[in-house]
Amino acid sequence: MRIVPFLISGLCTVGLVAVLNMQLTTGTGKTPRLGYFLSPQHGFWQNAEAANTGFDADLKFSDLKGKVDVYMDDRLVPHIYAEQDIDAYYVQGFLHAKFRLWQMEFQTHVAAGRLSEIVGEDRLPTDRFFRRLGMVYGAEQSMANMEKNPEMKATVQAYSDGVNAYIQSLKPEQIPFEYKLLDYKPEAWTPLKTYLFMMFMAYDLTARGATTDLQMTNAKNYFGYDDFNKLYPNVQDSLDPIIPKGTEYGYPGIIPVAPKNVDSVYLNKNKIISGSTAMAPVVADKDNGSNNWAVSGSKTKSGRPILCNDPHLGLNLPSLWYEVQISTPSHNTYGASFPGAPAVVIGFNDSIAWGVTNAGRDVIDYYDMKFKDSTLSDYWFNGDWVKAEQRTETIKIKGKPDLVEKIAITVFGPVMYDKAYKNASTDGKYLAVKWTAHAPGNGLQTFYELDRAKNYNDYQKAISGWLCPGQNFAFASKAGDIAIKQQGAFVARWKRQGDAIMPGTDSSYMWQGIIPADENPMMKNPARGFVSSANQMSTDSTYPYYLGAANSFPLYRGIIINRKLSVMNAITAEDMQHLQMENYNVFAEMARPVLLKFIDEKTLSGEEKKYIDILKSWNLRGDASEKGATVFKCIWDSLETEVWGDEFSKNKLPMTWPDASTLLENLLKDSAYRFADNINTANKTESIRDDVMAAVKKASGKLHYYEDEGKLEWAKSKDTRINHLLKIPALSRLHLPIGGGTHMINATKDMHGPSWRMIVHLTDEIEAYGVYPGGQSGNPGSKYYDTFVDSWATGKYYRILFIKKEAAAKSDKMKWHMTFTNS
Amino acid sequence: MKILSAIAITAFLAYVAGLYTSFPWWGFVVTSLIVSVAIHQKPGKAFLSGFLGLFLLWAGMALLKDAANEHILSAKVAQILPLGGSYLVLILVTGIVGGLVSGFAALTGSYLRRSR
Repeated sequence: MRIVPFLISGLCTVGLVAVLNMQLTTGTGKTPRLGYFLSPQHGFWQNAEAANTGFDADLKFSDLKGKVDVYMDDRLVPHIYAEQDIDAYYVQGFLHAKFRLWQMEFQTHVAAGRLSEIVGEDRLPTDRFFRRLGMVYGAEQSMANMEKNPEMKATVQAYSDGVNAYIQSLKPEQIPFEYKLLDYKPEAWTPLKTYLFMMFMAYDLTARGATTDLQMTNAKNYFGYDDFNKLYPNVQDSLDPIIPKGTEYGYPGIIPVAPKNVDSVYLNKNKIISGSTAMAPVVADKDNGSNNWAVSGSKTKSGRPILCNDPHLGLNLPSLWYEVQISTPSHNTYGASFPGAPAVVIGFNDSIAWGVTNAGRDVIDYYDMKFKDSTLSDYWFNGDWVKAEQRTETIKIKGKPDLVEKIAITVFGPVMYDKAYKNASTDGKYLAVKWTAHAPGNGLQTFYELDRAKNYNDYQKAISGWLCPGQNFAFASKAGDIAIKQQGAFVARWKRQGDAIMPGTDSSYMWQGIIPADENPMMKNPARGFVSSANQMSTDSTYPYYLGAANSFPLYRGIIINRKLSVMNAITAEDMQHLQMENYNVFAEMARPVLLKFIDEKTLSGEEKKYIDILKSWNLRGDASEKGATVFKCIWDSLETEVWGDEFSKNKLPMTWPDASTLLENLLKDSAYRFADNINTANKTESIRDDVMAAVKKASGKLHYYEDEGKLEWAKSKDTRINHLLKIPALSRLHLPIGGGTHMINATKDMHGPSWRMIVHLTDEIEAYGVYPGGQSGNPGSKYYDTFVDSWATGKYYRILFIKKEAAAKSDKMKWHMTFTNS
Repeated sequence: MKILSAIAITAFLAYVAGLYTSFPWWGFVVTSLIVSVAIHQKPGKAFLSGFLGLFLLWAGMALLKDAANEHILSAKVAQILPLGGSYLVLILVTGIVGGLVSGFAALTGSYLRRSR
């Protein structure tokens, strides 16, 4: 034995193994453990699913009560036929896990504030934000509430058991790709995770206020109430509400009364004070919204209703949605489900169809609390020191010691910001957050009942218990009814209540009640033959409750949808496909004349003139190849900067910029708009004309750049992409050739848009179409990972296969058959 | 011919060791070392046998997986790592990584026995 070379080569071997067995830090993050990751028997090669993989299986689980047959169609959509309802959810859990396990766990880790545990301290700000917002607290409240209902408890438990049955069946090399990339392992699923997922949706759809209430407070303090009220009005001139103008509303059950000191203490009328709070690390997208509409048989070719829905959310891979048919003796339902939760969320059954859009109402507020000291044990309320409950949240951090968050719980809710969690502008204030998502909810029960609803009354009953996030539930039935109702726990507010931080030292600013469900805006079988919603304000100002500041409500999609629907007749499902893909920009229709009015063409350079000519000849559409759409957006964005940039950059604290609609409506009626003046130029008062001309010149620079890059066409300058949840470009779909955008029915922006397009024609044999920007498999190594993306981008739909079990067994569309039995 | 049988046995035993996926990926370090002790060769040849045994096994398995997968995943991983998006480079890197570790293990094994 040659000892020295032996030792050297032995050390080399051990060293090499050690290096290849650890995550190496690079400039952009951490590598996987390369030896493990590359090992064909352990690592990522195992996730390279053969293109001709079959999904036939005979599976036995002792938890099952009866037999379940699953037919997988050629799009990998499972059609679940179960003898027992409870087994259907077990199998749904199993299939969600089989195709989407990593995503399910990751999303609930986000909601639970547990990202630091898997990716390290980089994500600590997100984790702390979610913990302190009370995400886990809210999920616990809802779970405790739902467990009082034996049927729902059993449903969520069966779903959880199904997920775990799959996890337990996994061999080490079979765990999803992303676990190998980030180097961690799946943990057991629990019912709480389902509620955490529901909290995530509540956050995404209702918690913009967690950020904007702070920014609105900054704006109110900076501008003073009068200007604040002009910049963030609570009416919109061109509003076409969900419930048509002129509808009469009954006498309200609650008449909220503003506190006596509201002008001086809360609204700070005629007073400018300084100092406030800051940006959140996570801000839900402002345009989390959607379209839905239903037309009655009087307007369709077949004489039967058609219902359409396209919820607009962040576009991600794997997709938020997973298509499924669930058929049991009690119901037969098809639609989009959330990996992470049982039941179908948006869809249809043998009798009815339903779809949702976000209500956008303000259901989250901050209260400024006074604590005795930084131990957070006593707070001042109604003239006394009151003991706060204490909650601790332990955040595990990969490679670092745990961080323990201590959160005081007040009569309003958890104290999100305090002296330990603050930033320059929160200034150590104690801000308690009150949010309807903290209240014990019953969200899943609504979907469970909608899945089984047979008629209008069942639909009303199903949604009556829905609390958060508030939604516009559109409905259509084979029986011929159409309806829409805005449902949720909506606060009976006095005007401006909760638009900004409120005093929390006594009960005078507390919520005075939740609006009774039967007073929520609703409409059934209107004479105009259609119902619709597009996140606009649900009513005009005669509705007896304050809906919230108008800048929470997009205005223009609703206008164009109603304009189109009111003139359409003999409608077919194909017409509806075109309507969902409609790229006409009604905002531009109103704004372009204003721009052109103020443009003095004589003073333009040749290049500027060229762009203005494109704008003038533009057809107002955001189709993929339109150059005018790019020109319009660049000029409008530059104009906003000209008008607001001076005022808004003076304040060091972040403030929400006024809405495009606010600026446009002011320009339409006030040619001497005061904010047009650039406050940085002392000896000159700029007019709108000056601002528009400056905007044209600035925009031309950007347009010149786009033109050089060959990106003047709208789809290219907009650059729609569907990011993987980890934002890894190789796992994402980039540069999609799709038109649409803000203000258009096809609301496809750069990273946000229609996340599921569905059309249901309620004929005897239901004719339904659907498509979502993703694929049924969450595995980046599967050919089903992004199957639908190209169809989605080009506006193609899939005819949905909604069939009975006997037909499924014979259908040549069904490619695979899985059976689940208990012995 | 000794080298050929060493390569074949190295690859075979590494494959068998890899079937036990609850053991770590480097289980073949032990088998490659044993092979080079049992089939004794000069250090250079031992390294080459160990290297080629695993290179052929890993690159071969990767090649098969990749062909069946129609390069869907390899094209993505070859961007993440980053290898210019080339599945061929990724397969080669896979083979070389396995080969190097096995080669050093075999080299170590060959030094265990005094060469004649």
